[in-house]
Amino acid sequence: MSTLGAVATLRATETGHAERLTTVRHAHVDERPFVLVPLTLAGEACAPLAALCGTDPGRPTLLTVRQPRNRAERFRFVERLAALLLPHIEECRTSETEPYTVGRGADKEERRRSLRAPQLLVPGGESIAYVRLLGRLTRLRALEGPHAVDPSVPALGKWLTWFADRAEFPGSCLLQAMTRLLSAHWATGQSAAEDSHLAALLSWIDPPDRLTGAEAAREAEDPQRFPPAGPATDVVFDQTLYDLMSRYDEAGDDHGREAVGRQIDRELYGQMLPTWDLMWRGVDLLLRLPEGGHVAERWTYDRRLFTEFAAYLDDDGRPQARRDHAVGAARRLARLEEAMARYDAERAFDDPLVMAEYELTGEAFTGVVVARDEDRFLPGARPLWRPTITVRSDLPVRLTAGKEIKCPARAGQKAEIVEVAPEGDGSTVVVQLNGGFNRARKPPAPPGMLAEVGETVTYTSVDPKSMPFALPAEEDTPWTHGGPPRPYEPTDEDAEEIWE
Amino acid sequence: MGYEPRFGQSPFAIAREQAFEALVKWGGYAELIRLLRDQLAVPVDEAGVTDLTEVGGDTNPARRAAETRSLLARLASGNDERLILDRPLLTLEVAGQTAYLEPQAVTHRVGGKFYVAEIRSFPAIDGQTNPTAVAQTAKQAAVSVLALRRTFEQLELDPAQIAHEFLLICPKDFSNRPYGRLIDLRQELDALRFQLTRLRRADDLALALPPSATLDTDREEGELDFSVGALDAFYTPGCLSFCEMARYCRDEATACASPARLGSTVRNTLPGVDSTRTALAYLGDIHAPGLTEAAAVDRLRAADRLRQLRRGDVA
Repeated sequence: MSTLGAVATLRATETGHAERLTTVRHAHVDERPFVLVPLTLAGEACAPLAALCGTDPGRPTLLTVRQPRNRAERFRFVERLAALLLPHIEECRTSETEPYTVGRGADKEERRRSLRAPQLLVPGGESIAYVRLLGRLTRLRALEGPHAVDPSVPALGKWLTWFADRAEFPGSCLLQAMTRLLSAHWATGQSAAEDSHLAALLSWIDPPDRLTGAEAAREAEDPQRFPPAGPATDVVFDQTLYDLMSRYDEAGDDHGREAVGRQIDRELYGQMLPTWDLMWRGVDLLLRLPEGGHVAERWTYDRRLFTEFAAYLDDDGRPQARRDHAVGAARRLARLEEAMARYDAERAFDDPLVMAEYELTGEAFTGVVVARDEDRFLPGARPLWRPTITVRSDLPVRLTAGKEIKCPARAGQKAEIVEVAPEGDGSTVVVQLNGGFNRARKPPAPPGMLAEVGETVTYTSVDPKSMPFALPAEEDTPWTHGGPPRPYEPTDEDAEEIWE
Repeated sequence: MGYEPRFGQSPFAIAREQAFEALVKWGGYAELIRLLRDQLAVPVDEAGVTDLTEVGGDTNPARRAAETRSLLARLASGNDERLILDRPLLTLEVAGQTAYLEPQAVTHRVGGKFYVAEIRSFPAIDGQTNPTAVAQTAKQAAVSVLALRRTFEQLELDPAQIAHEFLLICPKDFSNRPYGRLIDLRQELDALRFQLTRLRRADDLALALPPSATLDTDREEGELDFSVGALDAFYTPGCLSFCEMARYCRDEATACASPARLGSTVRNTLPGVDSTRTALAYLGDIHAPGLTEAAAVDRLRAADRLRQLRRGDVA
């Protein structure tokens, strides 16, 4: 957490209400996200127990497994989940498309991407881990042989794995955890560990009348009113469930079994419904925030990746490997780092409250333009037009002469620091503008392209458009690194898992 | 004391744990012996197993501990017996008290070393397990290894015979098939030795309490509250996940505005400041910070000012 975040937390303990960490929303939130509240059976590796899911807040679909020890029942659950999620994905895939270009020059290529992509929302980080595990459990299943499953099972598995992979990338909104989304935008007066409790977190942000966030959060910890958001279940509830499941197994006839089964369904529904409602309250709160400037661009990239993966499934369709090969892992790490840097920079450009953190660390400064030299030319055989502006900042500026900087208000304009001079508590900075005048080569600058005297401007050394570190293409992996990796071939062993 | 602990294990988890342990020990410990062979290259000879959960029908811990010691002495003193100890009982001095420890198994000597084995029911999926669960198990195994070494020292045997690795056994992928890997414990052992020397003796802690203090849960709530309140507590949010007293300590920490209750990241931005109320008073210019806090407070003030300036009209 940043120092500004820590201060916001301190202020929240004072007021008893959550404090905003941002001025805008930095995540794409769909008007119609697919919300999934999963529960798993305690003690087992990813034994699906129940889920409440759908895209309509008023009409969640209940999926339950009345006897999770039964392998067939577990896969019936996956089939039913697939029957809900796969059509939703298909709907996005067959939605309208738009053209876009990749590369430039001779490599230029026209492609199309869907205008819609599915967004999967789960309560917390542990539910993302559950989605990953459920993907791993199902994507390698065989369609023939002794443990054959329905074709929709591995199909769902591949999608879930893809969602979980993308969830690791900062800025990607295809699969998001509600607690993460909320705590990225609000600071509460409690610890991060307590913030992972969805009900308590929402209580800080949006407490009921007559209560402070702090009081409401304490009340929200009562598992009777707000059962754990999952996928782990409440221990006390497990005892109830255990008794019911034992009665289900021992029921004398189908009629009796069905009666107990319905009771199991009711109990599970009661455990998940509060979380389901909280999820939509979170969606609502997030949608009320204005969207940050780069959010649409990042969602566009998500839509492009969605279209590409859908095409991959149509063309090739092999499931993701159990593990990344070395080359793939290295590339993935590089991409993750690049995504992190870009996401951080974009957020700072979109949001002065996020930029404030860079001001505090000395990677940015804000001040008032006190002078400008529009007619400045650099001497030389062909004099170059390089106007300057002089910025007076109230805080000391720690960036030094020669540093390349950019201004969020004119993101296309390149600039560099010519001189920094201390003045009183703050500094005076002379900034040379190296372009971004709509191709003008001599004064006057096109209107609005050059900051006016009296205007407040922010400059930073952080750049969302900085070029990522390039790795050679996968097929050009040198022999010293094992040569091009071989694509993953699923083996019989992958599907061969004993379920007892 | 009005703080109902919300812990305990789900009946599903208990059933699963028991089933898995039974599976590992089924058929004369066939799976355990297979894993020992896989991981430690144990020769194919049959190994015997002694179940130490009771000694001749007696489950008294002292009796079991004594039996464990004598078996260990016999095995370590050169007699090349292939005997696995199931649920041996070890003792270790912790804070002046004798603690009993029960590792799931200690192997017979393999290549001159004894190994501790722990059976857990969390899965290893594609060779990867939940790191928190593994760290917890490693900590427990390290305590057992340390107890074994102390026992060997007391028996005047070479403690170097105890391996600094332990065998972790857990279910493979989504199945029930046991899977095992050796895990190095040197780091945990060092940390543990350090912690044990720093632990205050329970007797010393008791001395600081008033004579009327009690921890008897049958006594009146006020009395109990008074005694617990007299003890120092170092609450951090991590306590919530394992300690039955965490909610009590959290209320105490909230009452005295301890920064640690907000987690280590907030705590670290407030070096030398022991209350969030003080920190807020510094921000409001009500208090002037001392020399030691000045640098941190300056940074906080700068951050607070920037926050006010950049928030715009955000509520």
